[in-house]
Amino acid sequence: MSVKNNEINIDREIGNFHYNLTPAHDAGYGLTEETIHFICDVKNEPDWIRELRLRALEVFRSKPLPTHWATEDLRNIDFDQIRYYIAPGTDVKRSWDEVPTEVKETFERLGIPESERKFLAGVEAQFDSEAVYSNIKKAVADQGVIFMGSTEALKEHPEIFRKWFGKVIPTGDNKFSALNSAVFSGGSFIYVPPGVKVKHPLQAYFRINSENFGQFERTLIIADEGSEVMYMEGCTAPKFETSTLHSAVVELVAMPRAKIQYITVQNWSSNVFNLVTKRGLALEEAEIKWIDCNIGSRLTMKYPGVVMKGRKARGEVISIALAGDGQHQDTGAKMIHAADETTSNIVSKSISIGKGRATYRGQVTVPRHLKGCKNNTECDALLINTDSRTDTYPAIIVRGLGNAAQHEASVSQVNAEQIFYMMQRGLTEAQAMSLAVNGFVNDLVRQFPMEYSVELKRLIDLEMEGSVG
Amino acid sequence: MNTDTESPVLTGVSLDNLNNRFPHWFSEERSAAWSRFESLPMPTRTDERWRFSGINRISLQGYTTSLEPTHKEIEEALANSAKVENSAGRMVLVNDHVVLREETERALTKLGVVWIPISEAVTAQAGILREHFMAQFTGLGAEKFAHLHRALVRDGVFLYVPDNVEIEDPIENYYWVGGRKTAVFPHTLVITGVNAKVTVVDHYFGLEGAEDTLAIGVNDLFVGDGSAITYISTQFWPGKSLTFHFNSTILGRDSCAKSLNVHLGGDFNRAESVSHLTAPGGRSEMLAVTLATGEQEFDQRTLQDHQQPNTSSDLLYKNTLDHSARSIFSGLIKVEPGAHRTDAYQKVRNLLLSNDAEANSMPGLEILADDVRCTHGATSGQIDPEELFYLKSRGLNETISRRLIANGFLQEVFGRLDQPALADKLGSYIEKKFDLSHDPKKT
Repeated sequence: MSVKNNEINIDREIGNFHYNLTPAHDAGYGLTEETIHFICDVKNEPDWIRELRLRALEVFRSKPLPTHWATEDLRNIDFDQIRYYIAPGTDVKRSWDEVPTEVKETFERLGIPESERKFLAGVEAQFDSEAVYSNIKKAVADQGVIFMGSTEALKEHPEIFRKWFGKVIPTGDNKFSALNSAVFSGGSFIYVPPGVKVKHPLQAYFRINSENFGQFERTLIIADEGSEVMYMEGCTAPKFETSTLHSAVVELVAMPRAKIQYITVQNWSSNVFNLVTKRGLALEEAEIKWIDCNIGSRLTMKYPGVVMKGRKARGEVISIALAGDGQHQDTGAKMIHAADETTSNIVSKSISIGKGRATYRGQVTVPRHLKGCKNNTECDALLINTDSRTDTYPAIIVRGLGNAAQHEASVSQVNAEQIFYMMQRGLTEAQAMSLAVNGFVNDLVRQFPMEYSVELKRLIDLEMEGSVG
Repeated sequence: MNTDTESPVLTGVSLDNLNNRFPHWFSEERSAAWSRFESLPMPTRTDERWRFSGINRISLQGYTTSLEPTHKEIEEALANSAKVENSAGRMVLVNDHVVLREETERALTKLGVVWIPISEAVTAQAGILREHFMAQFTGLGAEKFAHLHRALVRDGVFLYVPDNVEIEDPIENYYWVGGRKTAVFPHTLVITGVNAKVTVVDHYFGLEGAEDTLAIGVNDLFVGDGSAITYISTQFWPGKSLTFHFNSTILGRDSCAKSLNVHLGGDFNRAESVSHLTAPGGRSEMLAVTLATGEQEFDQRTLQDHQQPNTSSDLLYKNTLDHSARSIFSGLIKVEPGAHRTDAYQKVRNLLLSNDAEANSMPGLEILADDVRCTHGATSGQIDPEELFYLKSRGLNETISRRLIANGFLQEVFGRLDQPALADKLGSYIEKKFDLSHDPKKT
């Protein structure tokens, strides 16, 4: 391997380290009613949450794995071999200096405090089950913006929290949303008051540190009338021998004329099952945009959705998936039109490398008696190697007059002539391939904030390494 | 739950009775199919292959099979089984009984073409029939009903076109059903040798007064190396009918198949259509035209299965939906490992004419090889107001304008047949369906 490759391999392993910490609270392996009581007691939660968790556990147990449509790989999740709650037992810090050394080092190595100084309006850092750091720039806080961990928000702002919690994604939505409702911990809570436009993004960073640990964060974002907010999340975990589970629930509420942009760059290690339910509720003329980029994990199943409940609401999903050897990126979008003149747009681009498998799965529903609803869906898949696989499974339900939906998908490979052209001008085959792939996703990558799009291009280059030849 | 699906289907017939007409191997397979039919469950909500389907409309109760057609029924059937002007021949069946086999100037026999009822083929062409008869199930979810067909099939059409024989003119088969609550199991099997060419047309109709039919039809096409088959079916079963249609096409090297299914009749209708491209150079065109009105439901499932390199397929399904009709399209392009340089296309277009109509589209891709070009598209929409305005400004009223546009939308597909006489005939069926559906009682 060349020197250049070595250098890149170090970078690629950026998240692959962990510290041996002794947590103050550890619920142990497996999930029973005892686990839930343990979590409630440690977090000192109100009774309604305890009851909700216990009910959710019942729902989780009663629902079968969705293997009649999803991959059989789900059966390899051993729910008894997962640790559901691990927390350091310290309060959330407002300054990095107060964060315990190893935890702080973890985030330093991932470059979080540096980014915060550079371009973020606020940062939250979650380490296993709980947030260890949370800070929002004073100027933003002064506008009345609330940004804190869900655990804190439940205590400090119960009136807003309870009103919207579980309203967009009910416990019984699916097996994994039920699991999350039973054991959720951490995640972000954001409230943006009417008319406030948060200029810089708010960021959360999720980190799994302990082996066999399952992370179940719960995020709730409420953008009040006419407000705007951009939220970004990133995540990493060290590469353990055993597989683990990340199962988050993210609920967004965009009040009339509000705008929410939610950006995810998922780079879990290849032992993580990433099964996430994300949905937003958009009221009159509100806009919710999911920008979802999946590069890591063993299996990701994630279909960000928008329920367009108010007139002229708009939903958008921009999805980029990169499936390398041993990975299955099962991603897509769900658009539920529930009011007149609502519009939705889905653009999905996936790249399958080596034995990787990328799947697009989508649902668009336009019920009867609505007028002027429009959906546009575009899915493009790129196959790099002979063994690569890609699937597309959309479902489009249109009822009644006055609505239109169109779907288009294509599967192709990198154009041999393009590669030839670039090689003729002195690029190696790998460089040419990398350039072609970056070109394929370029128009989507540009929608990310600058820092992220640079990072994304680098990640794509890394994944592409060694896939040619 | 399953018990109520058993004996009522068999009213008026028993497996033993049928077995007397057939050789031992055929009867044995029939019994085996019956067991499989009984052991398979009815479709369930959680079965992905029945997603969106109105499965509660499927009930197999109270049907009668193999009713001997009356004189009057035969006369009516013959009078209405008109040949297209360039027809090579027609076969007419009523309630699964062959009542006419008429060849134009022995053109087929002279060329060595075997075009006979299946009940004759089981002995006269036992070897080739046994090798191909229901050798390939569609496997798209309705196997239970395909087994029921295999168990209760009484007769049908067997067509074998030998090597290097090309027949330009269409061969037509008319399948009629009479009476209430009659079950029929039409079957058309087409096999070609090497470098042969043939066009086959199936018509499925109800006689005067027929309704509430159970029709489970199968047509399998085995396209030999270098051969070309054009297959057209028009499904115009009577009202309130429960219908299933299975179409499997197996394509050899450098062969070419074009199939067009026109769906007009029935109440709940499930159509499964599969193309297996088993050798390099194969090309399959899969077309369908559906005009759904009233409370009709058309549940269409398709598979374009590319098993070998250098094959191509092109699917176009057009649905027009009026009143509270529903359509479901679930299609899959599958490119198996090693099937490089596949070129596959799939398009479904839904035109909604009413506020209560519903179109469900699930165009799918599963690609396990690279160096392929696979594209699919799905659109759902309504008549462009500008087009409507254009026609109205030229003096046509709203109803006629809408019908003209919908008609044009559907009949465009017939242009791909290269058979003007047939295209006209199919067009007249569409017109007839429009006439029926504009019955003021229904709107």
